[in-house]
Amino acid sequence: MYQDSMYQVGKMSDYIVEMKNISKSFPGVRALSNVNLSVKKGEVHALVGENGAGKSTLIKILTGAYQKDEGTIVFDGKEVDVKDPHFSKNIGIHAVYQDITLAMHLSVGENFFLGELPMSSPFTVDWKKVYSTANDVLASLDLKIDPHMLVRNLPVAKQEMVAIAKAIYEKSKLMIFDEPTALLTNEESEELFKIIARLKSEGIGIIYISHRLEEVFRFCDAVTILKDGRYVATMPTKDTNEDELISLMVGRKIEEMYYFEHHNEPEVVLSVRNLTKKKVFQGIHFDLHKGEILGMFGLVGSGRTDIVLSIFGATKYDEGSISFFGKPANVRKPREAIELGFGLVPENRRTQGLALPLSVKININLLQYKKISHFGIVIDRNRELSNAKSFIQELSIKTPSEDAIVRNLSGGNQQKVVIGKCLANQPKIMIFDEPTLGIDVGSKEEIYTLLEKLTKTGTSVIFISSYLPEVIGVSDRIVVISEGRQMGIIDRNEATEERIMKLASGIEENSAKIESEAV
Amino acid sequence: MKAHQPVEQDSKEKKRFKLKTEGTLVLLLLVLAVFLTIFTRGFLTGNNLSNLVRQTAINGIVALGMTFVVISGGIDLSVGSVVGFAGILVALLMKSGVPIGLAVLASISISFLLGVANGFMVFDGRIPPFIATLGSMSIIRGAIMLISRARMIAGLPKPFLDFAQTTYLGLPALFVVWLVLILFTIFLTKKTPFGRNVYTIGSNLEVARLSGINIRFTTYMIYGLSGLMAGIAGILMTSRLANGIPTGGQGYEMDAIASCVIGGASLSGAEGTILGTVLGAVIIATLRNGGNLLGIDPFILQIVNGVIIVAAVYIDQYRKAHQK
Repeated sequence: MYQDSMYQVGKMSDYIVEMKNISKSFPGVRALSNVNLSVKKGEVHALVGENGAGKSTLIKILTGAYQKDEGTIVFDGKEVDVKDPHFSKNIGIHAVYQDITLAMHLSVGENFFLGELPMSSPFTVDWKKVYSTANDVLASLDLKIDPHMLVRNLPVAKQEMVAIAKAIYEKSKLMIFDEPTALLTNEESEELFKIIARLKSEGIGIIYISHRLEEVFRFCDAVTILKDGRYVATMPTKDTNEDELISLMVGRKIEEMYYFEHHNEPEVVLSVRNLTKKKVFQGIHFDLHKGEILGMFGLVGSGRTDIVLSIFGATKYDEGSISFFGKPANVRKPREAIELGFGLVPENRRTQGLALPLSVKININLLQYKKISHFGIVIDRNRELSNAKSFIQELSIKTPSEDAIVRNLSGGNQQKVVIGKCLANQPKIMIFDEPTLGIDVGSKEEIYTLLEKLTKTGTSVIFISSYLPEVIGVSDRIVVISEGRQMGIIDRNEATEERIMKLASGIEENSAKIESEAV
Repeated sequence: MKAHQPVEQDSKEKKRFKLKTEGTLVLLLLVLAVFLTIFTRGFLTGNNLSNLVRQTAINGIVALGMTFVVISGGIDLSVGSVVGFAGILVALLMKSGVPIGLAVLASISISFLLGVANGFMVFDGRIPPFIATLGSMSIIRGAIMLISRARMIAGLPKPFLDFAQTTYLGLPALFVVWLVLILFTIFLTKKTPFGRNVYTIGSNLEVARLSGINIRFTTYMIYGLSGLMAGIAGILMTSRLANGIPTGGQGYEMDAIASCVIGGASLSGAEGTILGTVLGAVIIATLRNGGNLLGIDPFILQIVNGVIIVAAVYIDQYRKAHQK
């Protein structure tokens, strides 16, 4: 008894925030029911769950964007009623979202003082103080950013750093990161992780939301799992592993998700020979077989996206040749590639894949309009509709109707619309460029299932991913790219993370594996 | 295919919502008409209405072409000059003895090509549409002055002049032309791959490219169509005014853009309908006509016109912000 209460007291002072039995309903939906989340000072606490699990709602309650229906929030030892975002900022809660909320057209320094610029006289701003303060804060984080720069002229990663620095300047006690690495390259992410480590060492509590479980295990101390608006568990990350987390989030293990039948046949569908684009990539050389999944792994900036865009005709290459079913395919435009039977799910679905203001129906049919028109002129509306409906059903796209605007769908469902658009064209080769980036585990699993289905029907796949376990899990063979050079092709049963990483970072070259088999 | 129950329900709701923009415009128009009928003597007379319809038709035809440009995310400032150019060219050709049919055909074709030239500047030259068409607006107006020596061209063949005055089934011929073109453009936007491509280009050029849409051809056609419509309007204008007038069509681009915008088109692309534009054109013309009948200073009318454009866009933005 005595022991117990001592324990409680100790705990109280350890925690920066304790959210207990939080419930929230929206008209017709119970978004959260009895959810708990407690974060210690100086702890990096991961919050994971599929899309729709209630992570965002919970965070919005903490930052005052939503009001809880039930439950208590104790912040820094005191029970608080977070009535609006202003209140949460005042007590020291700051959130960094993936879409950055800074004044883009103002300087970095000004952004630190929005609405409360220091004055040197009643009418003049103390610019020296603005920039020297900003400079000090940035320097304390080892950030080489000129506070005079306009925010919009900074790369996204730096903008994010500025947002973090600003939060630190405003004396944050709890920082929330919502998918902070979604828009960052690997190097930029590293920089972010360093800053997070620093915040942690200063005793700031951190809530870290990410779909990338490898990040959770890299630097988070504890993890809380939500599922369907319910609290599942909280545990120290050292006591769990990726498989357990995923099975708690979805109810299945990740190996099971990757495990599917492969349908590799000997027939060569695509041969790429010595493909070169000056200063971007050189000597890319591989065959793709019928029903094969050819993984392509390389760090961001290794040129892998440029390689597939060249094959797809979206960017020009300088040397080399591509043949398609043994015939030279001199593809100059995406249109020609599409007509040949290529499908591309591009890296960025929002800027490359989807006509966001248009409907699901139009997006799914985007490659089809010529084909489904009488004489190529009058669209067959019935076919347009049935096309859309069949892919909505086949890919289980969650949308209120086929006329819904794509912009309003969730990330996973938008990705499925892009895939549906390509599949409607009955492609022989599908290129997936980071298809699982920023989407929830459930949608990822559906994409893996789809890969199996595609290869079963003889479609070949080129699959790019930055996530090693995924590439190894789904591919028959893996082409490893480093700084635009092909470092080797590794067979599924010889692939280990260590071996691929060595090649990808340019430490080792596996020249023996470069194919030269004649077609 | 199984029919989804909730899906169907939702698309009905969507349709009801769509009616909102166009429904509001119809309502506004009715209020305007009732008001004018009560407060002026001349509004609801056959003479005035047929006059109104004739003037609306010419501006309305220009606006039809503009709608495609606006949906594609562009703008065409040169249409006023193309109206003037086609009007002068057809007059000059007829004066020099070219048969009416041939003169009309040649003028329309050249207007189409002028539009394609805009498309060429925009696509191949990567010149922003605003600048490209601002340039061609000035170039074409200069060309008009040059070929007409800035003089009015009178003495045109009677059958040509009669066209603007004739009626089909009791409807003014100009109105009938407009009607046919409305149906044609609705067909283009709603039923053809071309129409879908225009919306796709307007929503994101890179997406359109990676989806294999022939952007070059589509851009040529979009601006070509705008030129074509302006050309038709120019010829009708010359028939109606009985002379080729070098300053004809000046400022028509503003009316056309205003019609699109009042009709719900977004200058950032991918939004807009032909029906909306038609209603926009009718509202602008009715206001102008009503203002004249009420004896309101035309300069004040111009101010009111501007206020309506701003208000229409504001209401649209407000509606969108409160959609959810």
